[in-house]
Amino acid sequence: MAMFQEFIQQNEDRDGVRFSWNLWPSSRLEATRLVVPVSCLFTPLKECPDLPPVQYEPVLCGRPNCRAVLNPLCQVDFRAKIWACNFCFQRNPFPPTYAGISEVNQPAELMPQFSTIEYIIQRGPPTPLIFLYVVDICLEEEDLQALKESLQMSLSLLPPNALVGLITFGRMVQVHELSCEGISKSYVFRGTKDLSAKQIQEMLGLMKPAPAGQPGRPPAAQEMQPTCRFLQPVHKVDMNLTDLLGELQRDPWPVSQGKRPLRSTGIALSIAVGLLEGTFPNTGARVMLFTGGPPTQGPGMVVGDELKTPIRSWHDIQKDNARHLKKATKYYEALANRAAANGHCIDIYACALDQTGLLEMKCCSNLTGGHIVMGDSFNTSLFKQTFQRVFSKDYNNEFRMAFGATLEVKTSRELKVSGAIGPCVSLNSKGPCVSENEMGVGGTSQWKVCSLNPSTTLAMYFEVVNQGGKKKKSVTLCWADVQSQMQHIESSFDQEASAVLMARLAVFRAESEEGPDVLRWLDRQLIRLCQKFGQFNKDDPASFRLSESLSLYPQFMFHLRRSPFLQVFNNSPDESSYYRHHFMRQDLTQSLIMIQPILYSYSFYGPPEPVLLDSSSILPDRILLMDTFFQLVIYHGETIAQWRKAGYQEMPEYENFKQLLQAPLDDAQEILQTRFPMPRYVDTEHGGSQARFLLSKVNPSQTHNNLYAWGQESGAPILTDDVSLQVFMDHLKKLAVSSAA
Amino acid sequence: MNLNQQPHMASPYAPPQPGYQMYPQPGYGAPHPTQQYAPYNGHTSLYQQGAPPAGYSPYSGFATKTYAANVLSDSFSSSPPNLGQGRAPPVSGAPPVSASDSYSQYAQGNVQNGPPSVPSQPQRPPVSQSYAPATVHPGTQPTYHQPYEAPTTSVQQITGHMAGMHIGGPAPNLAGSTYAPPPSSQPMSSAAFTSTGPPNYTPQLASASQPPSSMSMTPGPPPSMYGAPPTSQPSFPGAPTPPQSAFAGVTPAAPPVSQQSFPTGAPMSQPHYSSVPTSSSQPSMGGPVLQQPPFGAVPPASAQSQFPGAAQPPVSQPSPYHSVPPAAAAGFPPPGGATVTAPPRHPGMQGPPFANQSMSAPPASQPNHTGAGMPPGPPIGGVQGPPPQPGLQGFHPQQNGAFGQMRPPQSGYAAPYPGQQNFGIQPPPPAAAPPAQKRLDPDSIPSPQASETQPVQKTRHRIDPDAIPSPIQVIEDDKANKGSEPFITGVRGQVPPLVTTTFQVKDQGNASPRFIRCTAYNMPCTSDMAKQSQVPLAAIIKPLATLPPDEGPLHLVDHGEGGPIRCNRCKAYMCPYMQFIEGGRRFQCSFCSCVTDVPPHYFQHLDHTGRRVDCYERPELHLGSYEFLATVDYCKNNKLPQPPAFIFLIDVSYNAVKSGLVAVVCEELKTLLDHLPRESVDEESRIRVGFVTYNKVLHFYNVKSSLAQPQMMVVSDVSEMFVPLLDGFLVSVGESRVVINSLLDQIPEIFADTRETETVFGPVVQAGLEALKAADCAGKLFIFHSSLPIAEAPGKLKNREDKKLVGTDKEKSLFQPQVSFYGNLAKECVAQGCCVDIFLFPNQFVDVTTLSVVACSTGGSVYKYSHFQAQTDRDRFLNDLRRDVQKPMGFDAVMRVRTSTGIRATDFFGSFYMSNTTDVELAGLDSDKTVTVEFRHDDKLSEDTGAFMQCAVLYTSCSGQRRLRVHNLSVSCCTQLADLYRNCETDAVISYFAKHAYRTVLSSPTKNVRDVLVNQCAQILACYRKNCASPSSAGQLILPECMKLLPVYLNCVLKSDVLQPSAELSLDDRAYLRQLVSCMDVAESHVFFYPRLLPLQKLDVEGDALPVAMRDSEERLSRAGLYLLENGLNLFLWVGSAIPQDLLHNVFGTASFSQIDPNMTSLPVLDNPFSKRIREIIESIRAQRSRYMKLMVVKQDDRLEILFKRFLVEDKNSSGGASYVDFLCHMHKEIRQLLS
Repeated sequence: MAMFQEFIQQNEDRDGVRFSWNLWPSSRLEATRLVVPVSCLFTPLKECPDLPPVQYEPVLCGRPNCRAVLNPLCQVDFRAKIWACNFCFQRNPFPPTYAGISEVNQPAELMPQFSTIEYIIQRGPPTPLIFLYVVDICLEEEDLQALKESLQMSLSLLPPNALVGLITFGRMVQVHELSCEGISKSYVFRGTKDLSAKQIQEMLGLMKPAPAGQPGRPPAAQEMQPTCRFLQPVHKVDMNLTDLLGELQRDPWPVSQGKRPLRSTGIALSIAVGLLEGTFPNTGARVMLFTGGPPTQGPGMVVGDELKTPIRSWHDIQKDNARHLKKATKYYEALANRAAANGHCIDIYACALDQTGLLEMKCCSNLTGGHIVMGDSFNTSLFKQTFQRVFSKDYNNEFRMAFGATLEVKTSRELKVSGAIGPCVSLNSKGPCVSENEMGVGGTSQWKVCSLNPSTTLAMYFEVVNQGGKKKKSVTLCWADVQSQMQHIESSFDQEASAVLMARLAVFRAESEEGPDVLRWLDRQLIRLCQKFGQFNKDDPASFRLSESLSLYPQFMFHLRRSPFLQVFNNSPDESSYYRHHFMRQDLTQSLIMIQPILYSYSFYGPPEPVLLDSSSILPDRILLMDTFFQLVIYHGETIAQWRKAGYQEMPEYENFKQLLQAPLDDAQEILQTRFPMPRYVDTEHGGSQARFLLSKVNPSQTHNNLYAWGQESGAPILTDDVSLQVFMDHLKKLAVSSAA
Repeated sequence: MNLNQQPHMASPYAPPQPGYQMYPQPGYGAPHPTQQYAPYNGHTSLYQQGAPPAGYSPYSGFATKTYAANVLSDSFSSSPPNLGQGRAPPVSGAPPVSASDSYSQYAQGNVQNGPPSVPSQPQRPPVSQSYAPATVHPGTQPTYHQPYEAPTTSVQQITGHMAGMHIGGPAPNLAGSTYAPPPSSQPMSSAAFTSTGPPNYTPQLASASQPPSSMSMTPGPPPSMYGAPPTSQPSFPGAPTPPQSAFAGVTPAAPPVSQQSFPTGAPMSQPHYSSVPTSSSQPSMGGPVLQQPPFGAVPPASAQSQFPGAAQPPVSQPSPYHSVPPAAAAGFPPPGGATVTAPPRHPGMQGPPFANQSMSAPPASQPNHTGAGMPPGPPIGGVQGPPPQPGLQGFHPQQNGAFGQMRPPQSGYAAPYPGQQNFGIQPPPPAAAPPAQKRLDPDSIPSPQASETQPVQKTRHRIDPDAIPSPIQVIEDDKANKGSEPFITGVRGQVPPLVTTTFQVKDQGNASPRFIRCTAYNMPCTSDMAKQSQVPLAAIIKPLATLPPDEGPLHLVDHGEGGPIRCNRCKAYMCPYMQFIEGGRRFQCSFCSCVTDVPPHYFQHLDHTGRRVDCYERPELHLGSYEFLATVDYCKNNKLPQPPAFIFLIDVSYNAVKSGLVAVVCEELKTLLDHLPRESVDEESRIRVGFVTYNKVLHFYNVKSSLAQPQMMVVSDVSEMFVPLLDGFLVSVGESRVVINSLLDQIPEIFADTRETETVFGPVVQAGLEALKAADCAGKLFIFHSSLPIAEAPGKLKNREDKKLVGTDKEKSLFQPQVSFYGNLAKECVAQGCCVDIFLFPNQFVDVTTLSVVACSTGGSVYKYSHFQAQTDRDRFLNDLRRDVQKPMGFDAVMRVRTSTGIRATDFFGSFYMSNTTDVELAGLDSDKTVTVEFRHDDKLSEDTGAFMQCAVLYTSCSGQRRLRVHNLSVSCCTQLADLYRNCETDAVISYFAKHAYRTVLSSPTKNVRDVLVNQCAQILACYRKNCASPSSAGQLILPECMKLLPVYLNCVLKSDVLQPSAELSLDDRAYLRQLVSCMDVAESHVFFYPRLLPLQKLDVEGDALPVAMRDSEERLSRAGLYLLENGLNLFLWVGSAIPQDLLHNVFGTASFSQIDPNMTSLPVLDNPFSKRIREIIESIRAQRSRYMKLMVVKQDDRLEILFKRFLVEDKNSSGGASYVDFLCHMHKEIRQLLS
């Protein structure tokens, strides 16, 4: 076991890969029996301090439909200067530059420790990054002010040569020209009329007729010229843009009582996409949408402007009562696909108390790798810091963002690629290694990830027949031995990765299927897994045992079932979308936190300790710190709360109490420092209304139904009819051992 | 020039003595009553003395004829006489004989008339028939009358009579030109006409005709003149009757006139008299001179002087008149009869005579009026006045009966109109037979003569232009007659002074003519009558007309929360015509007769006359025009309106930038914005402003005061226009001054390097409209546009100018918009109260037809500056812009014309939109806009009550106040056609005709339109001839006094650029003029069709009076002269090639003619009184017009002269327009065809 733990850890550290199974079954049949598919979580940009960048181009396999990259697993004939592709067995000569190759003089890509390698590709001129702000001006004055300040601040965080642009929208959409002196100029579009990219470019005056007689001229020069009017290097327009932002006014159109402001989010995005499409196709670009409410007009509208018609709820959706849902979703999907095709990503920063239509718009971010940030107001630290963190830099002083990635998976003949789940779109690259059995985004061996950051993680699913991997900038190689011994396979099970991988599959399904169906599917998978790997006597639940490598898995599933990723109760459609969005892209650790929040307990009785996510952990003399990824809750037990209210912490003799109070705050700070997006920070106490964040997460081992049965004073009863983990397990055991199943 | 003309005149006179004489006389007479007078006087005396028919006969013949002619002309038709007579008389020394014949005829006629009149009549019979009657009318004092008449005639001729008589015009013309002739003619008429006259004349005429009048005057004339005068005088004495008759004929009519006129003319005349008596004194006055001439030597001088006089209307006329009076005086005094006449006259006469002569025209007209209702007569006397009227009436029948007509003329004099008619009747006409002659009038006039004179007449084929009615004469007469007294509107059915006359109006219950001018102030009672006469019944309404300061602003009435008091049924507003009954508790509507309760708060007791006690405290009860404060019920959506907004939309395409337009506009707006219209109580205008620039896309500007710099918002999506911003687009100038200035500074820079040549137009209007919609207010768009909108957008146009279609049946399509888009857009604009003013700066075809649709439907204006260049056209454009921005206007207006039962407003012309048949919707209504309303009968009208109309305009003022402006007008109704014709306003009729025709070109080929116009005019005149004029030779053209200018003006309309374009005229220009005319008021249309031509070479640099205008004919221009011509749109300074050095130096500061720069647009500022005065005149003319006129200097024989010549509307023009004379002949033919 320890061997596998180490192996897994090493794999993750080195390659950013976690496989569900670290030993693979040898046949399709066996693979099917494993229940959890052979799959992995892949974090392409995982920060690896020791990874040396390689300043040359990768060597590719010469077979046209293979083009695999030279890697440590290839067989190399140093004398003949020939290497054999380990995927297609094609024998390839080394290129001339490899003439000096020998056993003692190997290039990095042949060293086993460099199973992941990063090539720096020198082709083509470096293109500047592009940031296009798309700003909603139908905001409250305060919100708008805060947003303006954040935007102004962000200018200083951008690389000086980055191109920046500004589009504002309300009832109309304005594309601001940034290079004007003395007068600020903008192009205005009505918010109700959809325009093709060509029309947009025409209207923005970007379709200058090519000078006659010079057809051969490189297009780049021409392209750059007009573009500059809307997208300018930050260092040039810093002042202008700051002023411009400063002068932004709330949308002046009157909003009569009982109406929502007219917000043309759909058109604004369409124009942003069209603008970039026409001017900087296939360049790294971020469209950053800041919106304070739902789109209320034009294509992509989510809700009408009548306040008496509330925005769709899950209830409406289930009843098929959401008028605009399908149309809007389709619209944004089309937009997202266009953006993705050009390698542009779309961020959504939605700050409003009510829903803002994230459900419909989520695909814009999901498909392009953009962020979604949801908050109550732009005037909160949650938004401000999150936004700031978008521009954070790594230890190399490089932005933690990457653009325009193409992810290609190569497998050897024994494996086929079923699909990927994550912030990517299919590139529809068919090949021999593409499985017909789709899981997630399938049917291709290449995906486009328009934007990614070090934590962006995709789940790759395979069908056992073969295996491998590559990346444009970095190439990661994964392999495993094929084992037919079931015990060994079982011990190679990575229950954390599997939980996340299964969860992704479930959430992916949940996007398109009814909630209960997904839960049933998930339950069945769990039961089958337990049946397969549990040790029990038929029809004797009490005899059921799971091995160590599987022991936590059911608990993950229990919490997953209760998580907002699969449960929509108590969540708005927007919230669900938001949660799912993040779940689908975070790395394993974060994903696990999302599935099963972490709970720390602080008391006078010892150092802080992690405790069970259980109602029994809620005690009067404890302070709890819960991290659900999205929320960070500090909960003061009843007694502690009373003490605090009495102000003991102020008294010198109760210094220790003060320290106790401070301890969770410090820890929370630490988490806040690194988390993206900023979690909602909740400081509450026993009986506080916000204690619901905690109570809804813990396992309801004590409820009003069984409170007295447990008879202990410990813990707090949770007022819920949800089943507790204990009950869940009982049922699971029963079903697992049942011979009827 | 005049002289030249005069000579012509003279010659004509000579030939067709009868006609001519008539004419000339009339004309002359009118102008030169002196001549006639002199003769008359002589005649009178003669008459009195005896009735030597024989001697007279010739004379009398002449006289008569002349008289007759005069009479005729006076009454009606001098025109025929003019035509034929003019020439004939002069030609025919012989004519005299014929004249005698005619005389006899006349005499007969006269006799008939005479009988009633008096013994004298018999004597006069021929000539005097009419006269006689006139005399009769006067009473026993035939002499007086006669003399009077004579004078009157002359006067009349000159004045209204002239008109009435014949072409009145001729008379006047004659007067002017005649003057010269007068001397000769005088002799002629008086003396010449007399026995000696003929021969003398002939020679004179001949001589005269050949050489300029002056020539004739000097050489031939003097002698002849001398001879003539003496002769005439002698003749008079010798043959009292004839003269008398002649005089009578002439005089009779004249007298009353003269008398009447006297008052007005009095001052002048008196002096004349004084001078006259002395005869020698003549020198002092032009008149005197004339008088002298008659006497003897004078003629030449007088002639000359007269001419000059003609040039300088006042002088000349007066002079002639004066001269006349003297003559008359002279004549009078001498004859015993004179005594009779004299006495009465003296009192009045002195004045009168002069008046007659000088005043003659005016007096005549007055008399006419008097006759109608004016007691001008009073001065002269109760005698004239009273008798005349009765006489007239009586006469009329007689006239109608037969010669009676002659009398009517007289009577006409007596009774102004009838008199006129009578005049028209031309006793001689009976001879009508002359038709044989080619020239209708000339030939026809004195048939007998004709026979005799025919050859002669034929020889003078040409009609003397001076012998036909002269617009200038009419204008000047009206000025003299009506300019001094305020026009009091209290009396129903009065014809106001002409638009060319400066007068003051006192509102006493009817709207000022500045607000409403009708074509007829006596409406026919039945539709049959209306149809028969074909006189259009229309009102030309200028609801927001600017009043001169001394007439004050309209009173604003507030009836409180309930709103204005209105009739329950027809909703007419409270006005002076409402009858309060039942002790004031209820009132009866004068429009629909419905009885409505008076609301308690409005109750007031009635006095013993049934009028409310507070009648004079409430404007709505005693004034013709006033305003109500509207309540919320009168507002859109029942919400008080916002202050309106002005939006400036500036084309910034390549052409506009290059021509300097953009820079000019932006620079000007900076200062102009300080002068937006405002209420007098407001310190600052409440109008908000907004700015847009555009080429293929639109740029809106946010100029909110809080911004550090303006923001430009580009809207490229022109297919569906919208306004990109709300707050900050429309701003108050005061608050956003800095930002606006910054913007206006930058606009020219931003687009300085533009390469965009395509423009849009539809979206531009839409943008403004949407902006106003968004701001929920009414307003006005100022669009500065350069080229055909060919860019892809709604309202895109294509170049369709196709000169080949001109003159074909398809020509009408050129006047129709090529797309319906703008029509629909205009509807939307109107609904929002969005008025659109378009300033066009095209370098080529822009399709004014289509573009102007929006402006024309929204009460906006179109301005066009072809080939605009900042340096040369800047002033014109900027002045127009300033005026356009600053002029008072109302927004979102609705106009409704209510009429009393019996007539109904059926058709409307102008810049507006109508969604139903009654409400005229005007998105904007400025102080220059006119709406023409045509009325039709739907029942009978009552003579007793007359007809009422109430024009109510609901509008939003520039401060956002909702108001109702009400104009009330009552007119009389008549059962006699004669009354109708006597109370017409020719200028208004022409204005209506033009508007109607200009609209009809949309649906019919222009040729048809012209034919219809000619036809209708012919019918009008024929109806008059048939029903109101005394029977006379069909060859005689008899025109109603009030309409004697109809032919000349109509001809101007017919040959206007829209109806008969010259080859080089673009479709755009025609379309531009077409829409322009549709909303012109009468003053504008008058000068537009008959441009004003001012001689400047003999300028009185001290005074502030404008020189008297001249007739628009090239032959009147002197090579040594300097003339200013304006038609409200163009301003030319014509420089003769022989212009004197000092003039050249004074005006242009150059030494030679060739050094004058033809491209100058303003005269150099030179420090000499002449230059100063000319520039002042130019400025004052510009100030009168609603559009600034760029000065164009035209050098004689320069290429520009072709353009200039198109404005000489009495001449033939290159595109086939007939000359005045030719057209008159044509018109006469038409009339005769109708009559037969």
